[in-house]
Amino acid sequence: MWLNRDIVSIGDFSVEEIMEIIERANKMVPYASSGHPARPLSDKIVATLFYEPSTRTRLSFESATMRLGGKVLGFGSLEGSSVAKGETLSDTIRIVNSYSDAIVLRHPSEGAARLASEFADVPVINAGDGAGQHPTQTILDIFTIWKEVGPVNGKSIGFVGDLKYGRTVHSLSKALSMFDVSLFFISPEELRIPKHIKKDIERRVPVKETKNLDEVIEALDVLYVTRIQKERFPDLEEYKRVAGIYVIKPSLISRGRKNLIVMHPLPRVDEIPSEIDNLPQAKYFKQASYGVPVRMAILDLILRGE
Amino acid sequence: MTEEKMLKVEKIRRGTVIDHIPVGRAFKVLKILKISSDPGVTVSVAIHVKSKKMGLKDVLKIEDRILDSSELNKIALIAEGATITIVEDYDVIKKFVVKLPDIITGILKCSNSRCVSNVEGSIKPSFTLISKNPLTIKCHYCEREMETDEIMESIS
Repeated sequence: MWLNRDIVSIGDFSVEEIMEIIERANKMVPYASSGHPARPLSDKIVATLFYEPSTRTRLSFESATMRLGGKVLGFGSLEGSSVAKGETLSDTIRIVNSYSDAIVLRHPSEGAARLASEFADVPVINAGDGAGQHPTQTILDIFTIWKEVGPVNGKSIGFVGDLKYGRTVHSLSKALSMFDVSLFFISPEELRIPKHIKKDIERRVPVKETKNLDEVIEALDVLYVTRIQKERFPDLEEYKRVAGIYVIKPSLISRGRKNLIVMHPLPRVDEIPSEIDNLPQAKYFKQASYGVPVRMAILDLILRGE
Repeated sequence: MTEEKMLKVEKIRRGTVIDHIPVGRAFKVLKILKISSDPGVTVSVAIHVKSKKMGLKDVLKIEDRILDSSELNKIALIAEGATITIVEDYDVIKKFVVKLPDIITGILKCSNSRCVSNVEGSIKPSFTLISKNPLTIKCHYCEREMETDEIMESIS
């Protein structure tokens, strides 16, 4: 069932399958820092094709492969590659297909990974396609919730910041809506969650939308913070006013539930000041570190199928 | 004009009759069939026709033109449930209702300009039918959902 399976969109997976990845990722945690002694991927090569730079995602995939004993090849920028000479994505994929056992793809066009999966015999993992999907980020976010606050069912999760353009929020909120959760969307008017996403999510779980983080903080088990980007605002004053509202302060956190956790897909700017970093609720660095065990679990499943 | 009378008055020798078009959509159907710009084709348009089934409907009669399956699929996108009658020598040789297929391929492009199907030239755009009412389709590649207005603009 898992052997050679493409990981393109979180919507392709059931809750049971997401949980299977999560449980395997949990077993990988100790090996994520020291390497898997059985080196289960020692005969495998993983190609990482990054048409746009993304240091953290690429390095965590490469680390995950090497921790399982596998080897990596690929590119992190287009300079000097055949792509720079005008080769189409489908041609590049056909070629790399014969050089590797799995392809990890980051591409600026939405749907690029789905297209690649149709030209490759080996499994394709989507490592982000423009403003589209980034399923391994979504799974590592769910893993963080599961690991740090317990079973996902029954939890209240609040997203704050740029909910309009944030790919992470769209994908994670859709995935969470397959569980039994309550979702809160906290944003300024200009950066509200797109209507079609909210409509889809509301079919399955209760949703509350507000501008006021203060009024909902006490109801949350997870506060998922995202960066508000300056370039989204034509007026700098307006940006400053809005961005200032959502700076997470220790006094806000202290009003939250006992087990509240704060997550962030990183990089952050000033929406989470460094004084939060040492609070027990701050889990964003842990969240980033879970990228390796989660990607180890996925690679292990699709390359060995067991 | 009643339905019965109109059919008597405007029988055609050879061509296609598209009946039961949702009211207000006749000109959209003409537009996607690119018939308005073809002076060689005679078209009769009836709008706001009383219909027992639909209340009001539009009807098109296109002379000397038999629609192909790609054109029928386009019609299904904006006028699902329309009845197509193919006429040869004043005889009805085929009559059927257009139905939306579950997978729609090759007749429209994705409205998302960043979608890979708009970037890689060799790719045939493909969509899954999500809902008929309101009409919603989803791009196979970028997963963008499109509704009637966007679909109308994207039909090629």
